[in-house]
Amino acid sequence: MAEHLLEVKDLYTYFKTRKGVVRAVDNVSFTVEKGETLAVIGESGCGKSSLAKSIIRLLPRNVHTYKGEIYLENEDLMKIEENKMNEVRWAKISMVSQAAQNSLNPVIKVGQQVAEPLIIHEGIDKKTALERARKTLSMVGIPEAFAERYPFELSGGMKQRAIIAMALITDPDLIILDEPTSALDVLTQASIMNMLKTIKKKTGKTFMFITHDIAVSSELADKVAVMYAGQIVELASAEEFYNKPLHPYSIKLMASVPTLRTDKKLEFIPGAPPSLIDPPKGCRFAERCPWKFEECRNEPPLFLVDNRSFVKCWLYESKGRS
Amino acid sequence: MSVKRLRGTFKQLLAYRSAVVGLCILCFIVGLSIYAVIAIPYEEAIRAWRLGEDVSINNPRNASPSWINFFLQKKLPETIIMDTLKKESGAKKAIVPSETISAIRIEFPFEFNYDDFPSELNLFFTANYSEKAPYITIDWIKPNGATIRLKEMVVKKTDRYYISIDNELAQKLRLDLSEKVGQEIPYEIPPQLSLFAVEDGSILKPETAQVLKGKYKMVIEGILFEKQSDMDSRLVVYGKVFGLAGTDHLRRDLMIGLLWGAPIAVSFGILASVLISFSQMIIAAVSAWYGKWADMLLQKATEFFMILPFLPILMMIAIFYKLSIWVLLVVVIALSIFGSGVKTYRAMFLQVKELPYIEAAQAYGAGNLRIIFRYMIPKVLPTIIPSLVLSVSSFVFLEAALAILGLGDPVVPTWGKIINDAYTKGALHQGYYYWVLEPSFLLVLTSLGFALLGFALDKIFNPKLSEI
Amino acid sequence: MSEQILLSVRELCKYFELRKGLFAKAGYVKAVDGVSFDLKKGDAVSLVGESGSGKTTLGKTILRLYEPTKGTIIFDGRDITNLGSRQLLEYRRETGLVQQDPYGALPPFMTIRRVLEEPLVIHKIPKAERIKRIYSVLEEVRLTPVEDFIGKYPHMLSGGQQQRLVIARAMILNPKLIVADEPVSMLDASVRIEILTLLKELQKKHGLSVIYITHDLSTTRYFSEWIYIMYAGKIVEKAPTKVLLKNPLHQYSQALLNIIPDPDAENRFKIKDVPPGEPPSLVNPPEGCRFHPRCTYFKDGVCNKKDPEEIEAEKDHFVRCWLYG
Repeated sequence: MAEHLLEVKDLYTYFKTRKGVVRAVDNVSFTVEKGETLAVIGESGCGKSSLAKSIIRLLPRNVHTYKGEIYLENEDLMKIEENKMNEVRWAKISMVSQAAQNSLNPVIKVGQQVAEPLIIHEGIDKKTALERARKTLSMVGIPEAFAERYPFELSGGMKQRAIIAMALITDPDLIILDEPTSALDVLTQASIMNMLKTIKKKTGKTFMFITHDIAVSSELADKVAVMYAGQIVELASAEEFYNKPLHPYSIKLMASVPTLRTDKKLEFIPGAPPSLIDPPKGCRFAERCPWKFEECRNEPPLFLVDNRSFVKCWLYESKGRS
Repeated sequence: MSVKRLRGTFKQLLAYRSAVVGLCILCFIVGLSIYAVIAIPYEEAIRAWRLGEDVSINNPRNASPSWINFFLQKKLPETIIMDTLKKESGAKKAIVPSETISAIRIEFPFEFNYDDFPSELNLFFTANYSEKAPYITIDWIKPNGATIRLKEMVVKKTDRYYISIDNELAQKLRLDLSEKVGQEIPYEIPPQLSLFAVEDGSILKPETAQVLKGKYKMVIEGILFEKQSDMDSRLVVYGKVFGLAGTDHLRRDLMIGLLWGAPIAVSFGILASVLISFSQMIIAAVSAWYGKWADMLLQKATEFFMILPFLPILMMIAIFYKLSIWVLLVVVIALSIFGSGVKTYRAMFLQVKELPYIEAAQAYGAGNLRIIFRYMIPKVLPTIIPSLVLSVSSFVFLEAALAILGLGDPVVPTWGKIINDAYTKGALHQGYYYWVLEPSFLLVLTSLGFALLGFALDKIFNPKLSEI
Repeated sequence: MSEQILLSVRELCKYFELRKGLFAKAGYVKAVDGVSFDLKKGDAVSLVGESGSGKTTLGKTILRLYEPTKGTIIFDGRDITNLGSRQLLEYRRETGLVQQDPYGALPPFMTIRRVLEEPLVIHKIPKAERIKRIYSVLEEVRLTPVEDFIGKYPHMLSGGQQQRLVIARAMILNPKLIVADEPVSMLDASVRIEILTLLKELQKKHGLSVIYITHDLSTTRYFSEWIYIMYAGKIVEKAPTKVLLKNPLHQYSQALLNIIPDPDAENRFKIKDVPPGEPPSLVNPPEGCRFHPRCTYFKDGVCNKKDPEEIEAEKDHFVRCWLYG
């Protein structure tokens, strides 16, 4: 019995581009327990989507560096061959990518598309697969009759639910959701989050929930990882994080999110995240950090704070290293 | 586009080797064009090309380029011109005056050490007299000492003696030589052979005839009947090679045609390409922006023209009306403006029309024309530049193709016209390969230059996703 | 009182024709169907709604980027509803648009200077004046030092900087009204507040009226004096910001408020109350109140028969719902 469902150790993913090498994932380590939901929060360009793609190993052609260890229940995914990885994909790890509603094939009926992973991965016959597809569709809140419809007949929210159904149908161990609700209206978003909460409770599935929206992340997260410039700067439980974020970036990010129920003064973070092509030496957030000091010229390690949270910041040096 | 952007693009371009090659080729062609325009002004070129023989009388016919001798065992002769008016040419003239009549003696001494015979032999005279024309005798002295009387004649004010087509002389020489050799020469040996040949059995076949190398002399002796009379003469021993490019059937130096072909081809290609592309772009922009009726009308017009068979119609027009090259350009443009480019660009403009900054421009009051010309067209322009450059090649070839078919401008020297002349005069049958190869090579080179440049520009302006 | 009103909209409708082929009509999309409100000088109103609510269409119709199908728009005492494009030029000088996509809103081939100069040239501002305004507006949006930015191209700026440039362009003609259509939804969270704060500052400084179109209720607190909630082409509730956030009357408004999460670890244990169903078709909207298929207070015979009128439930608080009338 493995200790963690997913363990990522020292993951590096760099991409080669015309302008230089993009260090999208720059030494990232974390674990996800079975049944837990890890929210990866970060703004655009912080590398969170690349992280997702690295775990499921769906990387584009211009990969420059891809090293580290990714253990899914003790098996190091980085070491297995491509055709074996194909079996892992969807059977063990599935993913819902950003704006996935547009990736439904417009000329194939919805039910058939949702059934496809079963037919491909488990070799199940079409009839049974369709039957399971209908059930899964209903689990995500789409009436079974809609299985006979084409994608253009579905609303945006429904399409997104269909994609989530596709990710659930093979009963994978880990489901990665990359901004699953960003392109949707607030009501639809809330509805889908409700659905995910229900599924999470009923099936105890493990999720990795990637988003830029701190508030929405709290709808599902048991654990939170904050990414900045390709690195994880804070890793804490939901209770710890939403109540009292520790890393200066997390603090400022929290302060910049408008809230309805609490009265607070909003602050913004001046400047912009650094380029991933030539990130600054030392702490990457230093130039925008109001609490920076001498030591920040060197890159801080992740410090374990109060035996619970990890924070990549010199301010917590006294609390001890991880 | 600002200068900075141009410079940036240029630097990007240099990163592609193919573009560098293309640019070098184009620089060369442009260099040729500039040289042509400076060295041989337009009117002079047209005149030389149109009048042909009259202007180029000193040039041999169908001569190969001189550099060919570099590759040949048997060295082909160059043209030797001796003119009594030009002392440096080696011609000698002496007049012995007396009270009433004068004796005149002209000598044309020259060395002939080539391995092949001259192509032609002509004598030109200009004489000054009021009533009585001079009377002369013309003698030929071979290096072996043999003297041959060529002709006796009266010299008019401007006169010429085409030695190589003098049949009487040819016959006489044949008989004389047959005697010397002891066998009848079985073919119609022309004077330029008999006057220069080694007098032995080799002369019995034209292929084996050998040139008698050494010093030759032509002596003209005559009587001037008037005190003030004078006479000048010019002997032209026509070679078989000439200049950098050779000559054609009208003795025209092909360099004129090749040089002038460059600016004409390039300007035709560029003008056609630019004018057509820009017109199509404007039509497409107007069609896409205004939509509704304007769009429908313009698109129907485009579809109509797209159906028309372009080349056949062009050929028909050229058959019925003799087209000068510039009228041809106008006709080509007129037939092409409502072409398929309009459809392609319209698709692009329909997309650009939906971009947020267009709406923003409307919000701050930009009018329709302003939006079309200052907001939509600049966005699309970089995309069309590669195809603009590439289509220059096709227009260069179009003009050449029409000329080769005999439908082009009959007067202006273009590469296509040279090929047409070569074709109608059977150049390839007669072995005048250079006549066809030289203009063809330049045509292909020019197209290659534009093509390489165009493809590299396409890679820069329209990067495909697969390239990272 | 009326001198203080800058914009007055009455029963404004915008219908889009659905065409089958070139000539046959297949109905109308009633994107905006009877909107009325007054906007005072210097006030900011948040126009909140989901996609398909008509909020963007309303904003653009007010700016006359679309031609109104019915109704009137009175701006600063002038009826601009049916003006032709020439006469609209003056109106365009007094209004500004800030769009959602900062990069798309800028012509990529123009330098910053040119981007800002275009509106000035169109409105025939003399050359000497132009450069002054460009400098001053760049300073106002804090794209400084100005010399550094003036020669740059839009792609060299960050998202936030691009949006600041868009705002600068909207301000450069000294307008009286700005319509900001989801101005921050494509920006990162940490930048949003910066832009909204800037807009607020400019609004206060210049006494601008702003129509702030958004789907995100949580930002409205920091920005506007009024909130209008739009649903299916109609404004269903109007109230001062604090009032609406504390006491929403329409069930749709209640739902919107209810489902917006604040960052809170408890959220993952709670299922939210979301009205079932989806927004209605705008081609064939339901008879009567458009929200009735999803409303838990639905009263048969009333809500599905007659479209409720706008009722002033309390002072300055208007709602379209049979519960209150």
